[in-house]
Amino acid sequence: MSAVADGYAELQALGVEVISVSVDSHFVHKMWNDYELTKMVDGGVPFAMASDQAGNIGRAYGVWDEAQGIEMRGRFIIDPDGVIQAMEVLTPPVGRRLAETIRQVQAFQLVRETGGTEATPAGWQPGDPTLKPGPGLVGKVWEVWNPSMER
Amino acid sequence: MAEQPGCGRVTGVVGDAPEVPEQRLDESPKEVASVTATVGQKAPDFTAPAYYDGGFTSVSLSDYADKWVMLCFYPGDFTFV
Repeated sequence: MSAVADGYAELQALGVEVISVSVDSHFVHKMWNDYELTKMVDGGVPFAMASDQAGNIGRAYGVWDEAQGIEMRGRFIIDPDGVIQAMEVLTPPVGRRLAETIRQVQAFQLVRETGGTEATPAGWQPGDPTLKPGPGLVGKVWEVWNPSMER
Repeated sequence: MAEQPGCGRVTGVVGDAPEVPEQRLDESPKEVASVTATVGQKAPDFTAPAYYDGGFTSVSLSDYADKWVMLCFYPGDFTFV
């Protein structure tokens, strides 16, 4: 969570709001933020830390671990229409990479802004060429893109 | 149950099958749609108690209608990753 808090300004610049969820009470969220996370990130966690003690939200999002009574590391990108555009779920020991979430948000925003007339190839980053799906591109992707262009 | 290293939260289990009794917590989230999240589909709305900006409040996904949202679940406060 400290990594997300640290990258919050970058997320906000893209118009992204953040909600974190765990089974801890909001009282424990306060203690974790005040006691530890503020030592890792200036000002601590700047977004809402939600409490899901009964696991209801976790079940609805398919990240609930019944045996342990915890939620897996699930990350969902939700667009302004409330539609889930991306999800990533990891077991607890491996952390996420915020830069990849930001890259995916930028790609989904481009697709949305172009009304779906542009798509982003593997590894796309802002400034890279996009693909224009249509009859003319069928069988011709190789002319405009190949894996060596991925950086 | 095998010991979970690191991030798992210790919790009680009954018998072989970990049956978790229905919890009735005053602070538990309400109004969660009973669907499973799927890409390309509407995100289930929820309302939950939250710690935000130094105070206790209630947060709903629908508070952020018309905005991009990054929703992050994690195993627990004070875990290591």
